[in-house]
Amino acid sequence: MDGSGGKSGFAGLSTRRLSRRSLLAGLGVGAIGLTVTGCGRDDGKGADRLNFYTWDTYIGDTTLADFHSETGIKVQASYFATNDELFAKFKGGNPGYDVIVPSNEFVTRMRLANMLQPLDMRKIPNFRNIAPEFQDADYDQPPPRHSVPYTWLVLGIGYRKSRVNGTPDSWKWLYDSDLYKGRIALSSEAADLIRLGAKYLGHSLNNITPDVVRQVEGMLIRQKPNIKAFHEDNGQDMLLAGDVDLVMETNGDIAQIARDDPDIGFVVPNEGSLLNADTLCIPTGAPRVEQAHQFINFLLDAKVGRHIIETILYPTPNAAAKALMPAGYQNNSIIFPSGPGMENSEWGRYEGPEQARAFDEAITRVRAA
Amino acid sequence: MLLGLPLGWYILLFSWPMAVVLATSFGTNSGVADVEISGTLANYARALQPLYLGILGKSLLYAFGATAICLLVAFPVALAISFAPLRWKAPLLIAVILPFWTNLLIRTYALIALLRDEGLVNKGLSLLFGWAGFTPFTMMHTSFAVMVGLVYVHLPFAVLPLYAALDRLDRSYLEASLDLGAGHLRTIWHIVIPLAAPGIAAAVLLTFILVLGAYLTPDLLGGPDSQMIANVIERQFKRANDWPFGAALSFLLITLTFLTMAAKSLLSPKKGRA
Repeated sequence: MDGSGGKSGFAGLSTRRLSRRSLLAGLGVGAIGLTVTGCGRDDGKGADRLNFYTWDTYIGDTTLADFHSETGIKVQASYFATNDELFAKFKGGNPGYDVIVPSNEFVTRMRLANMLQPLDMRKIPNFRNIAPEFQDADYDQPPPRHSVPYTWLVLGIGYRKSRVNGTPDSWKWLYDSDLYKGRIALSSEAADLIRLGAKYLGHSLNNITPDVVRQVEGMLIRQKPNIKAFHEDNGQDMLLAGDVDLVMETNGDIAQIARDDPDIGFVVPNEGSLLNADTLCIPTGAPRVEQAHQFINFLLDAKVGRHIIETILYPTPNAAAKALMPAGYQNNSIIFPSGPGMENSEWGRYEGPEQARAFDEAITRVRAA
Repeated sequence: MLLGLPLGWYILLFSWPMAVVLATSFGTNSGVADVEISGTLANYARALQPLYLGILGKSLLYAFGATAICLLVAFPVALAISFAPLRWKAPLLIAVILPFWTNLLIRTYALIALLRDEGLVNKGLSLLFGWAGFTPFTMMHTSFAVMVGLVYVHLPFAVLPLYAALDRLDRSYLEASLDLGAGHLRTIWHIVIPLAAPGIAAAVLLTFILVLGAYLTPDLLGGPDSQMIANVIERQFKRANDWPFGAALSFLLITLTFLTMAAKSLLSPKKGRA
């Protein structure tokens, strides 16, 4: 039913598009990023240009060309593969970018490091298209606003329906049970592992105490013989290929493979999970602040937003764009999960380098145990 | 003048980055983005904890294992190429180097396609032996897969120095040995290997150092246990965002590499004269 929806969007999509966080995507991008930044420096401060630093395969097929024909501004896109790469690039000052796409916790972190500038919301009237629940952003405080949401994601369990009993709607099946021994893949991100383990134990995923970190670590060490792998954000591929039957992944990544294989399901476990958003921001020192606002406003437009989601198929916080999408997208229970799991989910807060180190060391111990 | 350019390159491309790593390793994180060079030894103290020494030890084991296998596989290959007819040598050498034309990541994904439970190896075997009740092997996400990956990726680095040494070999020694009644194996053992010793040492060194720094292979092919020291270092510079600690671990690894090279240069002249 949903195949009829978007034009090129829906059907051909999953094969063409890699996860924006995928390693393979990141690989080609390193080289492209270099050349494009090289060119970007040449054009100096021309007002008819805009340097856009974003994730690969994360915009509509014709969005940048549409913006060019509407405004005469030519957008030069270059790509990063991880937030850490983005952050590292701005450590020594803004190399000349006008619009960037950090994830929510990095909005907090980049604000702390004075890497972002406040947005002039009068120049972004399309912000009214954003659904109310995404308009308040804990990660972007105090006012004024430094970011607008572009997409959002939630971590959950992707699973092969024919190989599990009912719906695996608890983190128990990944963290604390040998029922699916050798058929489980967890994320290799230390923070995700500790936070979701804490969720399972009934704690918030923010302000996790050293005591809880130890508990999760112990639980993971006990669980290790049952875990097949800690995946490098290729969990959806492992699930699709039949290497594992349960995998910790984001809704966006599982939605992609569910299109190829109706035997794939996704659930946000009842204990709740971690919410993430990618946002549009203007970095400090951006050469073309005016055009940057114009571009952000353009991306939040309903029709433009629809075209973007048709291409990338991520969950959108843009209510107006979502309303224009076919029912197959709007009612897709993988892209837009609901139920107790979603109600108990939380946004992760950036908690500083000490917490990151504590998480990493705990997971290093788990892996070495 | 003659020294100037190489020295300049050396300072620019080697000494300067090393100095930055070394300085960072004596630093402390300050704020969200900065490292303050405070002269602290805390990063080294942390790096020398049993946890990290254990991971280093395990990486050394992997490196020894992969190097040994590489050597065993590469030696016959290099020998065959050096004894091949002249017009075949260049194509054969190109065949050895050819995999480098494909990115490491792509080659690793190709290995995944081969090794996974429903991959080409298992599918091929079950086509052949399905009638005999063949059950697929679990190869992916095991130390076996990591070892296969490490050997596959680093094999050319063992073949090329070995070939260089074997090709230079004076054939008259071999003829003499065979004439005097030694068998082929005995000739290889007593004549070829001692004469090729510098090449063998170079192959061992090159392979060992490269394997010790591998992180992509264990990441993608390994299971929950397959964590090598380079994986830990990578995380310090990315997610954990602890550059000083990552720099300290890197410097320990570099020191270890230099010790290996020093050991080689101490050993090889004696062998060379033998």
